[in-house]
Amino acid sequence: MEITKLTALELGKKIKAGEITVKEAVQAQLDRIKEADGAYNCYVTIMEQEALQRAEEVQKKIDAGEFADSPLAGVPAAIKDNICTKGVLTTCSSKMLGNFKPPYSAEAVEKLEAAGVVIIGKLNMDEFAMGGSTETSFYGPTRNPWNVNTVPGGSSGGSAAAVAAEEAFFALGSDTGGSIRQPASFCGITGIKPTYGMVSRYGLIAFASSLDQIGPMGRDVSDCAAVLEVIAGHDAKDSTSMDAGDYKFTEALVDDVKGMKIGIPDSYLGEGIDEEVKQSILAAAEVLREKGALVEEFHMDMTKYAIPAYYIIASAEASSNLSRYDGIKYGYRTPDFEGLQDVYKKTRSEGFGAEVKRRMMIGAFVLSSGYYDAYYKKALQVKALIKESFDRAFEKYDVILGPTAPTTALEIGANADDPLKRYLGDIYTVSANLAGLPAVSLPCGFDSRKLPIGLQLTGKLFGEKDIIRAAYSFEQTRKYESPIKEKEGK
Amino acid sequence: MKTYETVIGLEVHVELATKSKIFCGCTTEFGGDPNTHCCPVCTGMPGTLPVLNKKVVEFAMAAGLATGCSITRSCKFDRKNYLYPDLPKAYQVSQLYLPICRDGGIEIETSSGKKRIGIHEIHMEEDAGKLIHDDWDDCTLVDYNRCGVPLIEIVSDPDMRSAEEVIAYLEKLKLILQYLGVSDCKMQEGSLRADINLSIREAGAPEFGTRTEMKNMNSFKAIARAIEGETKRQIEVLEDGGKVIQETRRWDDNKDTSFAMRSKEDAQDYRYFPEPDLAPIEISEEWLAEIKAREPELRDAKKARYTEEFEIPEYDADIITASKKLADIFEAAAAICHKPKEVSNWLMVETMRLLKEKVMEPEEITFAPENLARLIEMVASNAINRTVAKTVFEAVFNENADPEAYVKEKGLGIVNDESALRKAVEDIIAANPQSVEDYRGGKDKAIGFLVGQTMKAMKGKADPGMINSLLKELL
Repeated sequence: MEITKLTALELGKKIKAGEITVKEAVQAQLDRIKEADGAYNCYVTIMEQEALQRAEEVQKKIDAGEFADSPLAGVPAAIKDNICTKGVLTTCSSKMLGNFKPPYSAEAVEKLEAAGVVIIGKLNMDEFAMGGSTETSFYGPTRNPWNVNTVPGGSSGGSAAAVAAEEAFFALGSDTGGSIRQPASFCGITGIKPTYGMVSRYGLIAFASSLDQIGPMGRDVSDCAAVLEVIAGHDAKDSTSMDAGDYKFTEALVDDVKGMKIGIPDSYLGEGIDEEVKQSILAAAEVLREKGALVEEFHMDMTKYAIPAYYIIASAEASSNLSRYDGIKYGYRTPDFEGLQDVYKKTRSEGFGAEVKRRMMIGAFVLSSGYYDAYYKKALQVKALIKESFDRAFEKYDVILGPTAPTTALEIGANADDPLKRYLGDIYTVSANLAGLPAVSLPCGFDSRKLPIGLQLTGKLFGEKDIIRAAYSFEQTRKYESPIKEKEGK
Repeated sequence: MKTYETVIGLEVHVELATKSKIFCGCTTEFGGDPNTHCCPVCTGMPGTLPVLNKKVVEFAMAAGLATGCSITRSCKFDRKNYLYPDLPKAYQVSQLYLPICRDGGIEIETSSGKKRIGIHEIHMEEDAGKLIHDDWDDCTLVDYNRCGVPLIEIVSDPDMRSAEEVIAYLEKLKLILQYLGVSDCKMQEGSLRADINLSIREAGAPEFGTRTEMKNMNSFKAIARAIEGETKRQIEVLEDGGKVIQETRRWDDNKDTSFAMRSKEDAQDYRYFPEPDLAPIEISEEWLAEIKAREPELRDAKKARYTEEFEIPEYDADIITASKKLADIFEAAAAICHKPKEVSNWLMVETMRLLKEKVMEPEEITFAPENLARLIEMVASNAINRTVAKTVFEAVFNENADPEAYVKEKGLGIVNDESALRKAVEDIIAANPQSVEDYRGGKDKAIGFLVGQTMKAMKGKADPGMINSLLKELL
């Protein structure tokens, strides 16, 4: 038995049964990281000592009968590097925060730890979560375990690749415009972006505050549902977090979609989509129909305005959120300077990468006096219209089905000089963020190059259970496929 | 020379007297070692989020209601973006689009009569930290203690025409806020600061002139001088055929003149946008009613009640209610000793004398009203006489002394031992034959001298009535 091939829930069960100790699990995971991470570059920080020490503490508690209701107790997991971990580097994959150790942990991390999860390291990402390929990381690109010449997607590329490469049982990612779902799609794993307000953002280093959500990434829907069940919940420290009432997501792990109404927006299968992706999505829809769901195409308004509205709102908020990195309080400070303006200018010029600067400039521009109404205000109006258009769709449907991304993983370096083309890769994912809706991406097939294709299911506000049930039902029709071959003799 | 009219509007920043900051649990207490009153939230550490202190909203609502404003039932916060080391998030959470209070006003009274000054809006925001320049090491240090202390900014309409009106407006505003308990309004600690927007125009002109702004004025005297100085400067500019430039100026109270800081052209673009980390504030009918019901008696009502209920002169009532602290002492002491006129006298005469002598504001008074009340009771029951009472009051004023304990400790109580007093009177009679002669000869005044001498011998601790009757008896 290869420990690292188990799902998080399978491992949790074996730990409870005494078949595997927490330390064995942690050690196996650390060994796997050492063996594989040179090839994939998933990790920014590996917490070897902390994890081994924590393994012993958790083991003791399990032996003492604690964590009885916690199926993830003892399971090692890794965290995207924009989610704060007390006393442990949290860099956002930026030079700017290359030395930043927060004196607090994110609420989601605290909840995982309270459930007995062992945090084993911090995962690579696009710098400050800006990008869809993990190529903008100051620490170098992460590579896709299915093909190391392609990107893992992003911005949670390190998280997705680590889960796929068996360097993590599950991971936390964050999703502002598709940053959990698109890398999940590219790496052939499952990721959920929860309803805005479902998971506390406290300790998630902000990119675009009104769109950011932390979510689970795992090898199957069950793991993701179990992790979401742990990290979700109202948090008094986050004024935008909400009380959803029902957090029993694992109850929705039911193989039954009879009578479920599933809509496919016509524009999601139109211009710009890769033909192989389209066929795979249509095949997935057919599977659900055969299982008893009512599946139909419908016309949805406003979808073509989602990308510009998203890039205006996200960049505007980012320009404000990232202004605090000025070399005064923490993080990077330029070594040579004369006076305050010079500290600001040099620190920010040297500390941020090109994509982050581009977005901050877009953001400052759309908020500046004289342009606010034409850009930012209009984008907010579009956001409201997109929300309305989803509201109308959910009067008819329980779940909206479509592709997660228009293509499979791109070659490293593709579209390097064409940010607009890169931004269009987010066309199917940004709407869920603008409307605050939950959405899951799960593998539904491969293209002819054997690169995974992701199916996206979007639910109504707090409709996590609907998408989990549909995703779980679909997942029962196809076995999880790993890019990592089984080792002989184990 | 033409006749000019000065047009003034004020932006008054008031630190609210909440125990904790606007978005975190840190204390708002003034002072403290640098960077000891702060946490990851108020220093804007990555990933932290604000949680609104409900008390701030209530204080802002109370201020709005007391100044006749309408309350914005669904208001929200916006971010004001600018880079400066005292602002750790690089934006100030404030309210631009939907301030909590709008369209109010207060009535002021000056030598030229009563006048209403409009209040354009009141909005909530957070204070910034402080920069401290270290000349020794030639570097600047940041103290974040003040970061996140809640403020309201009260923006007046351009309705004031003179320094006198401005001071009257500020005095009135300060009293309202102190009576509400929403701020201590200590200008010397910066909990009330005013920005002055000032322009001049020819008398009778329909349009306003170009205005300048003088920021962060923190004493009434400096404000009055700044208004006079800036008015004079603008008139000179116009008289010389020049134009007033819209700019921010810094008033130098030592040099008695203002200096240009930055013009409108270099004005920052604050790139305001709605604060995404905070939900809009919904103010329910019940909440509003609750705040309304909680509104304490304000000064004008108090003044009227003092003259009626306590029958003290209007003049006294006016002076006592001019300070919330004095009014509080007055009511508390009167409630204990039931001698409002006496309490008023002690406040009007002795308290005022000591305040003046020590250059103190009434707000700095530290004695407990109980001690004043007890002192008054002691005088009324002849336990001490009035001369001694003044000495005792100084101890009450200075160290909040318990008057009974103090009198006992210092041996200042009236001597009621008749034989001791009789002995003293006999000695005085023996030592002053001339006065005795005069009295016996019909000069009634002479007894006054003898009483005084006896009192002196008794070190003031005798009851003058008792001395009087003993003298009469022995002579």
